[in-house]
Amino acid sequence: MLRAIRHKNILPAFSAFRAFSSSAKEMTVREALNSALDEEMSADPKVFLMGEEVGEYQGAYKITKGLLDKYGPERVLDTPITEAGFTGIGVGAAYYGLRPVVEFMTFNFSMQAIDHIINSAAKSNYMSAGQISVPIVFRGPNGAAAGVGAQHSQCYAAWYASCPGLKVLSPYSSEDARGLLKAAIRDPDPVVFLENELLYGESFPVSAEVLDSSFCLPIGKAKIEREGKDVTITAFSKMVGYALKAAEILAKEGISAEVINLRSIRPLDRSTINASVRKTNRLVTVEEGFPQHGVGAEICTSVIEESFGYLDAPVERIAGADVPMPYAANLERMAVPQVEDIVRAAKRACYRSVPLAATA
Amino acid sequence: MPLSATNFAQPRPVPVGIRSNEKSLSSDPFRFRFRGSPSFLGSPHSLRFNPTPPLKLAIPHCRRSAAAAVTDVSNGTMVKSSANMLITKEEGLELYEDMILGRFFEDMCAQMYYRGKMFGFVHLYNGQEAVSTGFIKLLKKEDTVVSTYRDHVHALSKGVPARAVMSELFGKATGCCRGQGGSMHMFSKEHNLIGGFAFIGEGIPVATGAAFSSKYRREVLKEASADHVTLAFFGDGTCNNGQFYECLNMAALWKLPIIFVVENNLWAIGMSHLRATSDPEIWKKGPAFGMAGVHVDGMDVLKVREVAKEAIERARRGDGPTLVECETYRFRGHSLADPDELRDPAEKARYAARDPISALKKYMIENKLANEQELKSIEKKIDEVLDDAVEFSDESPLPPRSQLLENVFADSKGFGIGPDGKYRCEDPKFTQGTAHV
Repeated sequence: MLRAIRHKNILPAFSAFRAFSSSAKEMTVREALNSALDEEMSADPKVFLMGEEVGEYQGAYKITKGLLDKYGPERVLDTPITEAGFTGIGVGAAYYGLRPVVEFMTFNFSMQAIDHIINSAAKSNYMSAGQISVPIVFRGPNGAAAGVGAQHSQCYAAWYASCPGLKVLSPYSSEDARGLLKAAIRDPDPVVFLENELLYGESFPVSAEVLDSSFCLPIGKAKIEREGKDVTITAFSKMVGYALKAAEILAKEGISAEVINLRSIRPLDRSTINASVRKTNRLVTVEEGFPQHGVGAEICTSVIEESFGYLDAPVERIAGADVPMPYAANLERMAVPQVEDIVRAAKRACYRSVPLAATA
Repeated sequence: MPLSATNFAQPRPVPVGIRSNEKSLSSDPFRFRFRGSPSFLGSPHSLRFNPTPPLKLAIPHCRRSAAAAVTDVSNGTMVKSSANMLITKEEGLELYEDMILGRFFEDMCAQMYYRGKMFGFVHLYNGQEAVSTGFIKLLKKEDTVVSTYRDHVHALSKGVPARAVMSELFGKATGCCRGQGGSMHMFSKEHNLIGGFAFIGEGIPVATGAAFSSKYRREVLKEASADHVTLAFFGDGTCNNGQFYECLNMAALWKLPIIFVVENNLWAIGMSHLRATSDPEIWKKGPAFGMAGVHVDGMDVLKVREVAKEAIERARRGDGPTLVECETYRFRGHSLADPDELRDPAEKARYAARDPISALKKYMIENKLANEQELKSIEKKIDEVLDDAVEFSDESPLPPRSQLLENVFADSKGFGIGPDGKYRCEDPKFTQGTAHV
């Protein structure tokens, strides 16, 4: 059974160069994750990695490159293809204070282990009334890649984020990747860490502070990637890059968009989102996953509950198409939000264009 | 720092299946009459054991010693040598007390349930006490037990006080999980009982992980005293679940200190084990993965204890896992809501005659380890313990409203722990925002 398609590094079609770096050092997301794992493993001997191909293959996407040589096979465990089994083993080890980092080759495979993520990891602290905490991290690529078909392309942010007892993080840049992964590993609760395969090869500038081994980002706080005053665009993971591009295009048309990088899907940073909407009065939520019961739906409700009086236009929700991911490249392109969709939605929110019936 | 290739990395050479020292089971007519039956497994009635009067048979020997087992005594074919008693008087009384506690507790649960004090799903353990007592009484406090939803007696054997278990069942704040877990989710960190899982097979990987942590602590963290073993209890139905095989594989691959204890009571709710399993001999699945597979009479606490001793010692030495299949029976239905119509009354009667408690009682009396009076006084004592537990639970308060939202997270601010070991949410720099590029 073909389990995964092992990509060579696919260079993205655009580069994410920020205009405001103070240092010239650039780091890819892959290097950021690798260095975060390396530093956390060397700081705490209880941290260990587990997953398919994390050791001798250097990681299915090379995230764990070099770690087997450095820490040995007892701390970097190549597992058989048994998601349910090894996830449960990770949870059991975490019950006893070890800090496993369980890698799923993609989060689609986590569905074979979802019983353990939800029932024995997320719920245990509650069921045991605080006796047993589970300091485990589940990480891996999430969402669509390029041409991998329906069973390898689903975004799981909404599923995991609806479950109390889990923390769900989704980084965008290298700074996010480093800081959030370190925070996740140090966190005493189960964390689902949703990466994105297409971002692994992207380079971002990083400051010296980010490179420091004690650098850590708070869980539950979003980042305002770009300040604006006309419309708020929320996004996470790869969509942040698209939103930033859309903001550039909108700026040329006189619309100043504020882009929020959610970073943390659970707990959702409702205060930052609401504060921004109160400032701009318009909201566009962007996500890659299925629209029904998605992250955008939750953000929309949160804004309506808390800032309804401040909204000047209906909330626009951009999500992936409500279909399993098709394989053909042109269909795939239509099934995932593109920059043009975000631009159109923002214009609709600003009453600058006639609403189109063609959007899915 | 190069680590020598350890058990984690190298697959072990597959050992020959190690079985307990017994005659070939297929020659035992008591167990395997069904072999000739048709391949379509329809009604379980056609698959009933069709034994010759069982108690006259020589039970397959599970031990090498000449000491008598409980069932040999009740056969009347006992070969007795008083110098070779399997247990001392103290041990015998301890085992008896534990089994009586389990039995009386479960009976009290049934009473309380029908009075409305207990609710939801309650799965009782009557009849299987020999397995719990036989295994758990050999453990240290630091050893781990993982169970399923039929976990009351495992909790009691492991040392969780009857009061705490009863209050938990009543849903009171003084329960072992403050009323948040319930019948199916007993957790006690102090006694190393880590569940209590409702999903079939869910506890097995968690138990394997606990065993993994014991090995990790010893070998990577260099804690020399970390030789804790883990027991995973589960039933015959679970043995058809994928997670069971995944864990047999990994436990044998990495030589983890775990014992997989199958409480084969022949029934998964209303599904007979024989209807559900292509090869019903579960112990055979151990050697298929390279570990010892043992079958034992789970209605005989002394036999269980012997097998348990060997398995626990093997795990503690570092020689890897064991799969133990205990043939046992539950006298009540699957749960208190189960009308239990599918099981043949003759089968129930047959097993009721092999009640582990009466068998141990008979053994102790006939071997002069205890007299009727001492055993009665134990029963009386347990009666009092249980009356006290019920009274305590009745009088305990319900959980307060504030408890609803507590304990979802260990660290609810969600900022994690910084390098200085303190919660980062207490660091003012963090609560303000993020690092700026």
